[in-house]
Amino acid sequence: MSDERSSGFTRRDLVRGTLVGAVAAGIGTKVRAATDERIGPEAAPLELKVNGAVHKISVEPRVTLADALRDRIGLTGTKVVCGRGACGACTVLLDGAAACSCLTLAHEVAGKEIVTIEGLAADGRLSPIQQAFIEADALQCGYCTSGMILSCKLLLDHNPKPNRQQIREAVAGNLCRCGTYPHVFDAVERAAGIKKAAVSEPLMLAGLSTAGLTLSDDPRVDAATREALEAEEA
Amino acid sequence: MKEKIRVGLNGEYQEKEIQLEPGDPAPWDPSTKFTILGTRVPRLDGRAKTTGEAKYPSDVRLPGMLYGRILRCPLAAATVKSVDVEPARKMPGVKAVLAIAGPGDKMRYAGQEVAALAADTPERAQDALAAIKVIYEPRPFVVRIGEAQAATAPLVFEGEATTRTSGGDVDTNKKKLPKKGNVIGPRLSEKGNLEEGFRQADVQIDHTYETQVQVHSALESHGLTARWEGDELTVWGSTQGIFEMRGDLAENLKMSPSKVRVITDYMGGGFGAKFGPRVEGVTAAKLAKEAGAPVRLFLDRKEEQTTTGNRPSSVQRIRLGAKRDGTLTAMHLTVHGTGGTNGGTGTSGPAKNIYACPNLRVEEYDVFTNAGPSAAFRAPGHPQGAFALEAAMDELAAKLNMDPLELRIKNDPSPVRREEFKIGAEKIGWKDRDARRKTDDPAIRRGVGLGASVWYNTGGTGPRATVTLNRDGSAEVEHGVQDIGTGSRTMVAIVAAEELGLPLEKISVRIGDTRMPFGPDSGGSSTTPSSAPTIRRAAVAAKKKLGDAVAKEWKVSPDTVSVAGGFVTSSADPAKKVSFAEACKLLSSEGASATVERAENHEDAWKRFTCGAQFAEVAVDTETGKVKVERVVAVHDCGIVVNALTCESQIQGGVIQGMSYALFEDRVLDGQTGRMVNPNVEAYKIAGALDCPEIETIVVPVWDGVNNTQSVGIGEPATVPTAAAIANAVSHAVGARIRRIPITPEVVLAAVEEGRKGGRS
Repeated sequence: MSDERSSGFTRRDLVRGTLVGAVAAGIGTKVRAATDERIGPEAAPLELKVNGAVHKISVEPRVTLADALRDRIGLTGTKVVCGRGACGACTVLLDGAAACSCLTLAHEVAGKEIVTIEGLAADGRLSPIQQAFIEADALQCGYCTSGMILSCKLLLDHNPKPNRQQIREAVAGNLCRCGTYPHVFDAVERAAGIKKAAVSEPLMLAGLSTAGLTLSDDPRVDAATREALEAEEA
Repeated sequence: MKEKIRVGLNGEYQEKEIQLEPGDPAPWDPSTKFTILGTRVPRLDGRAKTTGEAKYPSDVRLPGMLYGRILRCPLAAATVKSVDVEPARKMPGVKAVLAIAGPGDKMRYAGQEVAALAADTPERAQDALAAIKVIYEPRPFVVRIGEAQAATAPLVFEGEATTRTSGGDVDTNKKKLPKKGNVIGPRLSEKGNLEEGFRQADVQIDHTYETQVQVHSALESHGLTARWEGDELTVWGSTQGIFEMRGDLAENLKMSPSKVRVITDYMGGGFGAKFGPRVEGVTAAKLAKEAGAPVRLFLDRKEEQTTTGNRPSSVQRIRLGAKRDGTLTAMHLTVHGTGGTNGGTGTSGPAKNIYACPNLRVEEYDVFTNAGPSAAFRAPGHPQGAFALEAAMDELAAKLNMDPLELRIKNDPSPVRREEFKIGAEKIGWKDRDARRKTDDPAIRRGVGLGASVWYNTGGTGPRATVTLNRDGSAEVEHGVQDIGTGSRTMVAIVAAEELGLPLEKISVRIGDTRMPFGPDSGGSSTTPSSAPTIRRAAVAAKKKLGDAVAKEWKVSPDTVSVAGGFVTSSADPAKKVSFAEACKLLSSEGASATVERAENHEDAWKRFTCGAQFAEVAVDTETGKVKVERVVAVHDCGIVVNALTCESQIQGGVIQGMSYALFEDRVLDGQTGRMVNPNVEAYKIAGALDCPEIETIVVPVWDGVNNTQSVGIGEPATVPTAAAIANAVSHAVGARIRRIPITPEVVLAAVEEGRKGGRS
């Protein structure tokens, strides 16, 4: 992006065509021709295609996609934590690739297919990874969850049966301060239909557990988990 | 009413007689057959949180809402000469401005609040800050604990020590301890005769251990969204205590709490630093008032990491004395710690409350530095205290030529923790830990270590709850607790479902609003043991009203009617039996509703500390100094678990946060400028997915009878012993003692070098 900086680009003032081309090239889609169309520093209109719907808004060139989504369109599932691409909380999908919406300017992505967490549950039906996050309790405060789920979805889109190391790597850029990672790993395995997902690292009851108790004997295990276990054993 | 109950663990129970308050049920008993309590229940708000529908306080958007920003002092110490906010008022989009500091005010750390404004977009608010004109007179400052203790050090406080809070400066030294330079203390605790204890000792150790400053780094920053309607204020706050936030706002804005409403449906993490509105919250409310429009003011990441709290550092000297057989005879802990402009740096909880030692002295000193003030952080004082104490116990064991586990079991008065030690030792493979030290790779050494945990809180009085049974057989629970990610919302539903004999889907839970009956703060791991017994008591009271309605219909005495297992029956007439749902149809349209207050704890039951033990297995690269935590076995006591799934999440999270503290996290202040050089989440390194060990969580059910649900919190105990266990494991691996955290490659390589020279401990 150094070329754009030297040609006078700032976050306030945007040479639209040039930048779009550069960013598009970065994620492997068709490069648009550079234009001289200069916008800003005042607010300028644009259309954002989010979760299949077109939103017409007007923002200054320096407004990030994250802020546009949250404050102008009202899709607040996308969170901003670090504001500099270090935590993954603001992850969205841009033309099918993960991107930090806090490092992306809204005007850069006019016309692209943007998917946020709100776009995952089609017609109100949860996607398998969302369902698995709930069942495995792969969330605590929930502030990292949107980004975490999108990273996991992207992993499963490309690798339907990931191993644990691949899962760890897929969410290595998503910071969770509550430390929910083990349950995130469980959730991805659960969504991928990988066995043992339901029983990984169970909370066991001491006294019983030391006597070689398996989870399926544990009187506190819920019916769904027990069924999954029995199915696995059969 | 007297009631005999059983207390204990692992099938070994003793009988106790407790006094029951009228209307409070006897504690659940080891023979109780639970239907839902203790199972793995996915949290009720899972859908809202996985779809992005959950509205956090920082997500709230209101018509005409403005965005607040705060101007902060860039200097570590300065006197404000003047603050001119008027130029900012003329900036585009600005609707309100406010000076927070004034001429003569002392700024004591880089990042302290000076002025604030609100504008129609976040970008315009940011721009306008630059128009505020402030003149400072810089003063000398000190940011390092060692330098701050020097006689010639610049004084953080010339006179009394005060800390800037929402309302102004409050006295940091409430106990009026001696203040000398930047140091106040000692806070003294004494038991027995220390000198005599050391005289009795066959073996002594004397070492010093150091811990860093840790920053809470909750993902949602501090802040709130404020809206005035006439003289009434509604705020959506990111808080661990909606009622504390309400009270503090009312006090600072000089209004009645009855005119303030705080709503927290969700919040993005607190870890101890998020209770009152703090300066930013009060500021947001004032800006909203001035602008005549709602204001959202949330801190950015730099502000969050710099100003909103931290776990103080510590320098802990520990002297231990023991008999040849390992019996402790003397313990002397001297602590200096810095919480920046705040105190409360003591670490003595573990030293005073884990091992039995007849002769003990603790001296705690707070050292002020020009740095952001500390705040409560997940088991204040305990992770650092446990790290030092448990390292010292290992060093004592080495000197006694004794197994460290054996030394602990010998001195631990808690039957719960002794059991936990045994379980954990078996799971981690303690016996052959020495044999596992060498690996196929000559550079990699493996080590196993352990740490003990202690915590205290079994909840307290104050909370109220309303349970309403409706004619359609459903139930509503209203309770003004907040769910900070721990699963409180689901906990409330589980307890109600268990007592009412209803499936979860019949229960509606309403929490997170000060218009509801008072709920506890989420602090001290006291939420569940405060809330759960309240909910249960309210459910019992509502059931009683339902039973009374049925008794009237049946024309039997209400005393003969019982509501349990989904049915209403009467002992007066065995033929009388009706389902819960049918019984509810007898109710009038307002249903059967009861509001109750939590009963007192049963002091006559089995009062105990909350115990835990963790074991860590690490692999250390002796060439690069990198530590990989491979496994942690976490054995804990949290009374009787309400939700096994969320309990497991909290224990895992406590372990991971503890590991992050042990290996990575470290707030770094620049000695030249006094500013934090890593106010972010990449240079301030926090454990991520690639760092996580395999974690085995084990809970020992303990029946203490202190409250009617036997519940005890787990949030804090789970993170207390992790750094201790990991540091001891690294020491075991490299054959030399780790005496400071974070255990960076530099620290490891220094220990490896010492180990080569034969410094094995």
